[in-house]
Amino acid sequence: MAVSELHTPRRLAKLHERLGEPPRLVYIGAAAVAFWFVVAVFAPFIAPYDPIAQDLRTTLSPPSWAHPLGTDNFGRDVLSRIIFGTRLDLEMGILGVLFPFLIGITLGAFAGYFGGIVDTLLMRLLDVTIAFPYFVLVIAIIAILGPGVSSFYISVALVGWVSYARLVRAEMLVLREQDYVMACRALGFGHLRTMLRHMLPNAIIPAVVFSMTDVVIVILLGSSLSYLGLGAQPPTPEWGVMVADGQNFITRAWWITFFPGVAIVLAALSFSLFADGLAEWLGVQE
Amino acid sequence: MHRFKFVLYRPIQLLPVLIGVSIVTFILVQLIPGDPARILLGAKATPEAIAEVREKFGLDQPLVLQYVHFMKNLLQGELGRSIIYRAPVLSVVEQRVAPTLFLLIYGVVLSVLLAVPLALAAAWRAGSSVDQAVRVFSTAGIGLPAFWLGIMLMLLFSIELRLFPVSGYGEGALSHLHHLFLPALTISIALAPVLVRNLRATLLAQLESDYVSAERAKGLPERAIYLGHVFRNSLIPTVNLLGVNVSWLIGGTVVIESVYSVPGLGQLMVSSIFGRDYLVVQAVTLMFAIGVILVNFFVDIVTVALDPRVEM
Amino acid sequence: MTLLDVAGLRTEFATPTRAVAAVDGLSFQLRPGEILGLVGESGSGKTVACRSLLRLLPSRRARIAAGTVMFENRDLMRLSEAEMRVVRGRDIAMIFQNPASHLDPVFTVGDLIAEPLIWHFGESRRAARKRAVELLRQVGIPDPAGQIERYPHQFSGGMKQRVMIAAALACEPKILLADEPTTALDVTVQAQILRLLLDLRDRTGLAIVLVTHDIGVVAETCDSVVVLYSGRVMECGGTQDVLTRPRHPYTRGLLDSLPTTAARGAELPSISGYPPPLDRLPQGCRFHPRCRFAIDRCRREPIELETVDDGHASACVRWREVMEVGP
Repeated sequence: MAVSELHTPRRLAKLHERLGEPPRLVYIGAAAVAFWFVVAVFAPFIAPYDPIAQDLRTTLSPPSWAHPLGTDNFGRDVLSRIIFGTRLDLEMGILGVLFPFLIGITLGAFAGYFGGIVDTLLMRLLDVTIAFPYFVLVIAIIAILGPGVSSFYISVALVGWVSYARLVRAEMLVLREQDYVMACRALGFGHLRTMLRHMLPNAIIPAVVFSMTDVVIVILLGSSLSYLGLGAQPPTPEWGVMVADGQNFITRAWWITFFPGVAIVLAALSFSLFADGLAEWLGVQE
Repeated sequence: MHRFKFVLYRPIQLLPVLIGVSIVTFILVQLIPGDPARILLGAKATPEAIAEVREKFGLDQPLVLQYVHFMKNLLQGELGRSIIYRAPVLSVVEQRVAPTLFLLIYGVVLSVLLAVPLALAAAWRAGSSVDQAVRVFSTAGIGLPAFWLGIMLMLLFSIELRLFPVSGYGEGALSHLHHLFLPALTISIALAPVLVRNLRATLLAQLESDYVSAERAKGLPERAIYLGHVFRNSLIPTVNLLGVNVSWLIGGTVVIESVYSVPGLGQLMVSSIFGRDYLVVQAVTLMFAIGVILVNFFVDIVTVALDPRVEM
Repeated sequence: MTLLDVAGLRTEFATPTRAVAAVDGLSFQLRPGEILGLVGESGSGKTVACRSLLRLLPSRRARIAAGTVMFENRDLMRLSEAEMRVVRGRDIAMIFQNPASHLDPVFTVGDLIAEPLIWHFGESRRAARKRAVELLRQVGIPDPAGQIERYPHQFSGGMKQRVMIAAALACEPKILLADEPTTALDVTVQAQILRLLLDLRDRTGLAIVLVTHDIGVVAETCDSVVVLYSGRVMECGGTQDVLTRPRHPYTRGLLDSLPTTAARGAELPSISGYPPPLDRLPQGCRFHPRCRFAIDRCRREPIELETVDDGHASACVRWREVMEVGP
């Protein structure tokens, strides 16, 4: 086989060349996602108030010019807390996807490439893991580790890897049979080189697309856990914590609960749009 | 009816997964740092009680034997005692099954009632304003946090409009329907967008099928083809999707039960975590996993019933 | 007596820039009990033409731009959608190339056959299913009563096509449009299905429009034939006339590419090149780039159909010479 045919057909680096112009949705989604990163990074400059500083003279005041989204029961500015909350919620969304992603693609790639006993064991483990409801298993693990953000990361990594492993494994199984992979082996390339340089960049694409959707899921999960008191702890500014804090004052001060929820919806929507655009662009069916 | 034979042997096939599930739930409690006996009995346990638990659970023995003890107890319905409720875990958990089951089924029914008409309307004329509106709903809905949505619905319908109770489960089926309406609605608003998205895509794909041309050539009204043929064919993947989503649905109920104080398994699980009532957490986790396995089994049966081509 | 009179039918597809005609100026008449072949290569517009007759166009970008299809003193192209629906399946039925994908997989064959009876005649499901058994027997399916509860995937390809024919015949239509009914089937099964169609014609006086790319099928079954190329009629007439005395180089090319006893062993001559894509049709006669008879006039202007004999017409200016040269 000619060496020219050995070029791995689907390289992430050459995506643009191969797929042409991304659809408009990708740009809209990317802009929306970028907005949240800007908010997170520049939170101290954007936020009008200290997110934790209490001001007992202005407790539970409704939205006004001084406090556009009102204040909570400690007189803390809701807008500032939402802005600072972006940092933790975004971090949870990103790290809560990154760890499972890395574990999942590694295990999936090995299982798909080598097959045999490794694959069988992994699939059994996968079957058992998905027999548990995702959310239930996550909080069961948090129950052991104790509430907190680091428990959240460990727990999500232990449970969330299955989706990625499954996606990558399936792709690897297909790629393994393809000519260029056989050629790599025939040319005496090592397993690791064949797998990492020539197969993984292609096998990873559905997993990358799913990871964007997963960010939405994990942001919702993280804020839900914090709402329940199992994730971020008060007085940390975090959207789920804020909703929980506000719930006690719901009849008198709806804004404490309402606006953090809107922030979650908008952040989730931003990542959803980006994920949809990416899926459309890369031609991956979810 | 040989296609349904799998109903008989599937439970045997599921055995490895069930054993795996039992191992995971067993290990969960093993991983808790500290003296296992104290963990199981709480901080105020007497030495006699601790000795008794050590004996019963074989806590002094190697892990493998402890697992054998665990399984032996499990098969006899012996899941230990709850330190908060001061009662056998099984009886504590048992009482919580009905509200959760009720809520889940209620939520699924509402989701389907919401999703099916929306998807049908959207796919009937792809690209129409109705379709666009449904798309906006299904895109925005996917990012709705259920706990926040629940609070907002509660604020609107329970506190402002006083149409539904703020919390609880009620007595009798009608009262359950009334009490659980908002929780179920919250679940359905979170689940429906996923269903709508998928059903719409499936309907559109099915509309392109050759059999649609053939039905048109028979002179059937477009509406009859859409509802009688296209929709019926689209149901199969949608039922499967419901099966896939049951895991998420259960996650949703855990949160929703806490929002609305529904005395179900989810609320029990969360409160037990805070009370360090680990055996209850373990039992609920196990119950949920068995629930997921049963639902998937059920979905297989429905799939075979709906699709004459499928062999399991 | 003419049953179906098609005149000047033109079906267009919208492209981003303009509309292109997949069928252009199709005309023919169909008598009761007649089998008419619509023949041409893939892309010749024969399937689109067939579907246009029932206004079942394959895509939303397609529309019927001109022409009349007279059936029982009504122009089908001018009927409302509701009126048209009554014609479909009841007066004019259709069967398709790939029976496997054209039968709804989740319906029993009994229900698929009963459906038109229920919708057109308001029959009860029970009565319609009883009739379905009768129809299955008519199309030669063994043990028909035992089959109606079975699903399409449980039948072989040929049997599926028989089921589709049974469903098409349910309302006793006067015309059957058959879009490549045998193409997806094994050769032996092909012959059986064609025999069934002939047999049905003989018994019931059914008129059939048979769309095919196989001129051999035309020779065996059709009374008359219309040869299409790039959406235009190249030649039409009685099968006997057209196939024994072709008056168009394209028809001649199709015939020459048939394996005959005489030519066995020798390489089959075939028409060189491919049909042009719809959006890049040549000027003049659409066949001229592939035609060894082409002269300047063929490149300049479209060639209209010209009567060459009683009921036999050709769209070639040099029709007299077509048979005078060797292959």
